[in-house]
Amino acid sequence: MNMIQASHVNTTFMSDKGEELTVLKDMSLTLQEGEIVAILGRSGAGKSTFLRTLAGLVPPTSGSVSYRGKELHGPNPGVAMVFQTFALMPWLTVKSNVELGLQARGVGRKERAQAALQAIDSIGLDGFESAYPKELSGGMRQRVGIARALVLQPDALFMDEPFSALDVLTAENLRQEVLNLWSNGEGKLRSILIVTHNIEEAVQMADRVVVLGSHPGHVIANVDVNLPRPRDKHAPEFEDMVDRLYSILTGRGNETMSKSPRTPNPLSGVKQMAAESPTNRMLPDATPGGLAGLLEIVAGYPDGIDLAELASALSFEVDDLFPLLDAGTLLGMLDVNRGHVTVTEVGHRWNDADILNSKVVFADIAMSHVPLVRAIDRALRQSRNGSLHGDLIVDLLRNKEPEDVARKQFHIAIEWGRYGELFDYDADDDILTLDEAAL
Amino acid sequence: MASAFTMTMSSVTTGNTAEETTHTKHSLFSDVIVIIGILALIGAIAVMLPDIDKAVGPHGIPSTISTDPGNLPYYAMRSVLRMFIALAFSLLFTVIYGLAAARSRRLGAILIPLLDILQSVPILGFLSATISLWLVLFPGSILGVEAASIFAIFTSQAWNMTFSFHRSLLSEPAELDEAAKILRLSHWQRFWKLDMPNAMIPLLWNCMMSVGGGWFFLTASEMISVNNHTYALPGIGSYVAEASQHRQLGNIGWAILTMIIVVVLIDFCLWKPLTAWAEKFRITSSGSVMQRRSLVLTIIRQSHLNDVLASLCRPVGDGLDMVTRSLGRTGSRWRVHSTRSRIGDLAFGTVITIAIAIGILAWIDSIRRGTGLDEIWHVLGLGLLTFLRVMLLTIVCSIIWVPIGASIGMNPHLSRIFQPLIQVLSSFPANFTFPLVTLWFIAWHIDINWGTMLLMSLGTQWYILFNVIAGASSIPDDLQEMTHSFRLSGWQRWSKLILPAVFGSWCTGGITAAGGAWNASIVSETVAYGHTTLTATGLGSYIAASTASGNMSKTLLGVTIMALFVVIVNRIFWHPLENLAERRFSLTS
Repeated sequence: MNMIQASHVNTTFMSDKGEELTVLKDMSLTLQEGEIVAILGRSGAGKSTFLRTLAGLVPPTSGSVSYRGKELHGPNPGVAMVFQTFALMPWLTVKSNVELGLQARGVGRKERAQAALQAIDSIGLDGFESAYPKELSGGMRQRVGIARALVLQPDALFMDEPFSALDVLTAENLRQEVLNLWSNGEGKLRSILIVTHNIEEAVQMADRVVVLGSHPGHVIANVDVNLPRPRDKHAPEFEDMVDRLYSILTGRGNETMSKSPRTPNPLSGVKQMAAESPTNRMLPDATPGGLAGLLEIVAGYPDGIDLAELASALSFEVDDLFPLLDAGTLLGMLDVNRGHVTVTEVGHRWNDADILNSKVVFADIAMSHVPLVRAIDRALRQSRNGSLHGDLIVDLLRNKEPEDVARKQFHIAIEWGRYGELFDYDADDDILTLDEAAL
Repeated sequence: MASAFTMTMSSVTTGNTAEETTHTKHSLFSDVIVIIGILALIGAIAVMLPDIDKAVGPHGIPSTISTDPGNLPYYAMRSVLRMFIALAFSLLFTVIYGLAAARSRRLGAILIPLLDILQSVPILGFLSATISLWLVLFPGSILGVEAASIFAIFTSQAWNMTFSFHRSLLSEPAELDEAAKILRLSHWQRFWKLDMPNAMIPLLWNCMMSVGGGWFFLTASEMISVNNHTYALPGIGSYVAEASQHRQLGNIGWAILTMIIVVVLIDFCLWKPLTAWAEKFRITSSGSVMQRRSLVLTIIRQSHLNDVLASLCRPVGDGLDMVTRSLGRTGSRWRVHSTRSRIGDLAFGTVITIAIAIGILAWIDSIRRGTGLDEIWHVLGLGLLTFLRVMLLTIVCSIIWVPIGASIGMNPHLSRIFQPLIQVLSSFPANFTFPLVTLWFIAWHIDINWGTMLLMSLGTQWYILFNVIAGASSIPDDLQEMTHSFRLSGWQRWSKLILPAVFGSWCTGGITAAGGAWNASIVSETVAYGHTTLTATGLGSYIAASTASGNMSKTLLGVTIMALFVVIVNRIFWHPLENLAERRFSLTS
């Protein structure tokens, strides 16, 4: 039975300057009774915004969300939510926090105390009723968050990256407990919708994984996970599924980094490069130092390494790696194909250079691969005294991007250029100058 | 006082007071003390209440009060009552104004700039304008003068509290806001479970600051001269004024002693327990914050007061909870961005613009008819003179207090000793000492045009000192250790670490001190002892003189020009400095 349905949802936000920023593009999803659905995507894919749209916290700009056939105009009455950073009222005790939703529904003092104690028991919190959230560890706090949601016996339990603020062991333990509650039917749960960037988590928990692409958020795949429960993380079917999702998320190289992902003909990409303006490639938020570290590690594997393996070797989420990987591919230092990453010729050249040389090599690479860095350098050389106001560049970028994105892009370009000793920047006076080394 | 505190406490936490008390063991001794405290409070109020709206005798509202030191405890109680009635109104105003500005986009666009202007209006200047209004509202009773005095205190307290509450409302953690919405809390529940607790700590600090600053205005507003007539309320402020008029130095001394006792008692019985209690509203879970303790709070927690109040308040709380349900749920309807709302914006904007334009025209017209437009230039000149004084005293105070404050702040041992002392000094009304200083000016023939700067700074310099101490005490230890390890010279240490680190707090203190100095100029550019009156040339004395002679349009002109000076100086001087402090010199990156 359809419980919650989103059809053709588009969401745009207004920036302070009045520019429109599209976050979600034509997204549809149906949440059925009796299933766990995971929304998987990288940061910037609008996962959390989509979840909040389904929860009725964020209104869609166009399209509609309905709960049991009725269109929403406010918070979804059938949803209870578990938040990434728990969202407990710090000034209320565990019991008062759990009771809060019942109080809002006008449940009497006695009944709500009883229901709260039961929920607190079922998630293993007994003995902590009168503690304040401050006194609890992160894992215990999230238990309170889950109890607060379960006590309402909602049609759908929404979880927004519920385990990502916890350490690895606590997160694993809590995931198992939620799955146990689900299979015992103890929490009277009808469906769960979980947002995550952790692929293993999605495969472990979900009956269905919805994969989102970024900028703006859109659905790229809808994958059923038909593995028997309880699921064994080391079973080959499990690993296959993880690999499959990895390649969907990262597979097509240009999609992971270019702003307009659909380039069916590789030639059109080349044309785009030829007709480039400084603004048509988004720079990923990565530092040259971090990139150097990543390159060092990947270079240790002559045949390259799977992203899943690389992430676990670094005890990173694969999501944390994305900006670095994007920067690596953009600069032509890394090659990512079907979830497998290798260091290119160019990458080796930089990785093998000594401290002084590496700056020159990086400058060279950045100049040939990053239009924005090249544009700034060119502008500086053409200016009379080799200096410019940074605002000039930001204004240029702002023609195509909203204010904050433009600033971010500007600062990334500055950081890369500074690292390569191409130019220098005085933040106080907002003045860009050519670096003496580049003269 | 104790019960005033627990009232707020229980109304916020009706749900969990019972659990809280289980942490501490009950003691009979505490119960006895709490009962005595409550009885004393009820008794004091019972003594004072009948006097407040006493009918006026055949001679009209009295213009003198007795200067017998035996009356001082009663006068002090009356002044304290006045102060806390004003505080209660300020809190009410804060909540209503803050909520309206934060929840309604259109109202917010008007209310916040308006608050900025209200904050800059010199309160003492329009005391005279309001008193005639209050006298009409409460004819034949001393209540009218009482109300005027309370209103003056209110206007000195409300603005910074409102700013703080509004800022707290806007900076609520997004996830808590979403949790409140998805849990479908009613507006009423949201206010008590999220809005108020989240705003509690900054609001409490602002209440403390407001009461501290309020003493100054209380003192100045208990004895009001309007239209060549003097109204005197029984209170510690009029006592000082009366004693100064009769050259009774000893009695002034008694009043100062009483005032110090009052300030210390309020700190002990009210602010200490409240700040200790409010620690539970801190959102950050880091344990490094110093534990605040209060004897009074411990006694209250050990007594059965919580249980009694909980059993009394629960039915009321539950009832209110049900009744207010009809007001609706938080975030229950999405905001629509349609053409209709855009047309609404346009209409709203037009109406406001027209209203402002009419206001300005009416102002110019009344000035033209009252004093003539040439007067504006004269008053602007006077304003410039007072501006120079304020500037000079801010610079001198900074040169003196920044090094001292920074030294105290960086030494935990010293700051433990000095901080409470300075807190008392900063809430001690400086105008109590004016008669003494005036006497000194007369004896040494000091020119009041210069001397007034000392008077102005007596009340305001503490803000600079206080903030700099706070700023210096938050310099991280490792940075201080670095300066020792790298063997930086004394001057390098100050120029590279200490001065930049306290720059932000100096700005906060400086803007408050300068604002206070403008206000203080009204009472410190004209001072009297006995029958000698010293008058400095300046905007403050201009306003004081026009108030005393009842010249409404001159007062209006003076007040407007002063507000204009404050707003402009804040805009072109302090705000850029604060931005710079935020950008370059903030310790948290």
